[in-house]
Amino acid sequence: MSLGALFVRDVRLAWSAGGGGPVGVIFYLAVSAVAPFALGPDLPLLARLGPALLWIAVLLALLLGLERLFQSDQEDGTLDQLRLGGAPLELVVIVKAAAHWTAAALPLIVATPLAAILLNLDGATLALTLVTFLLGTPALALIGSIGAAVAVSLRRAGVLIAILVLPLSIPVLIFAVAAIEAAGAGRAVLPPLALLGALALVSAVVAPIAAAAALREID
Amino acid sequence: MSTSVSADRAARPSIINPGRFASLADRAIPWFAAATLIAFAVGLYFALWASPEDYQQGATVRIMYVHVPAAWLALFTYLVMTSAALGTLVWRHPLADVAAKAAAPIGAAFTLCALASGSVWGKPMWGAWWVWDARLTSMLILFFMYLGLIALWRAIDEPSRAARVAAITILVGFINIPIIKFSVDWWNTLHQGASVMRFDGPTIHASMLVPLFIMAIAFMLLFTTLHLATMRTELLRRRARSLRLRLARGAR
Repeated sequence: MSLGALFVRDVRLAWSAGGGGPVGVIFYLAVSAVAPFALGPDLPLLARLGPALLWIAVLLALLLGLERLFQSDQEDGTLDQLRLGGAPLELVVIVKAAAHWTAAALPLIVATPLAAILLNLDGATLALTLVTFLLGTPALALIGSIGAAVAVSLRRAGVLIAILVLPLSIPVLIFAVAAIEAAGAGRAVLPPLALLGALALVSAVVAPIAAAAALREID
Repeated sequence: MSTSVSADRAARPSIINPGRFASLADRAIPWFAAATLIAFAVGLYFALWASPEDYQQGATVRIMYVHVPAAWLALFTYLVMTSAALGTLVWRHPLADVAAKAAAPIGAAFTLCALASGSVWGKPMWGAWWVWDARLTSMLILFFMYLGLIALWRAIDEPSRAARVAAITILVGFINIPIIKFSVDWWNTLHQGASVMRFDGPTIHASMLVPLFIMAIAFMLLFTTLHLATMRTELLRRRARSLRLRLARGAR
């Protein structure tokens, strides 16, 4: 299977009947909509906390699909084919993480303006939040692929993946929210954004190696 | 050539032979335990009675003698686990995984000890049990990483497969610890200035530094004793598991 075909297949599987794509978007919007019930319908407060709430919602929504990222392929034997195939497993991991991002994270980014209306975000904050999403979610997808690969053959992997992945995701969260706060306080936005991009690049190097090593351990 | 090497090995089994290690550990544990007790007796005497009170903190400074070595050991244990993980991945040696697996609960306990003693110190000093200070936060994340690793070992039945998967996770965590530390520092300085009191090692007077080092040695000995004991237990557990499997296979 060529890598392009693998990418298209994964995205289509995620969005076909039974895939997790649409459910993730509904989950994301539901979490964003639940926050005002907990915090009260105070619009200025929601506007201040909004980006942070959206980031937490994205973090949780991206965890949803991780369990099946390699597991379904392992169950039906596709993973064995991929391991035997010509492409290096590291590239396969990158392609699958990219497909996961396209199927799970991109729809969330598209749905974010809707969630931003619910949370009373103004245009500039929304734009910056979208930029942090674009830089940060690839890192989350890549870090998540490590957790998914480590827990691939476990029966109840979902919670374990969350426990393993969340501590590693904290830097992404920190720099994303730092960028939005810096803009609100009139400080330079570029340093945290650059660090966010650096995190994405570092995880693009580390995650495929680690995840491929974990996938090779399946017997 | 190779036969002579293996014969040589059979004659003098290396310490990394699991059976040889277990018998050595059996003999070493009482000595290390005794040394730990003596070091703690001396260290606690110095820490609790024979060292001066801080002119600002009063007697609460004595918490430091438990807190700081616990925090050091919390980090040191992860270092031990990382080197064991390298041993697992490079040489595929079963003892390396036993070492890593046995160290994880000890590391988690030291981290919890550092967090709890810091919290007890923080209540009178900062007026709060918990402050989102950068150091506290990164220790808390380290604690979660220990717990995640323990959960991972518990989730996989087969030791040899758990070994390599856990080793990869340990190494990923090792790469991430400096990143987390740095980002948490950044996050904290954004929210509040450096108003939080902190210890700067070399500025401590010798009358406090000496008990601190004795306590650090005591903690180190405690770690060695516990690590050897848990490694031996883990080896026995694996032996029991393989015997049970053999029994089940023979039963039909």
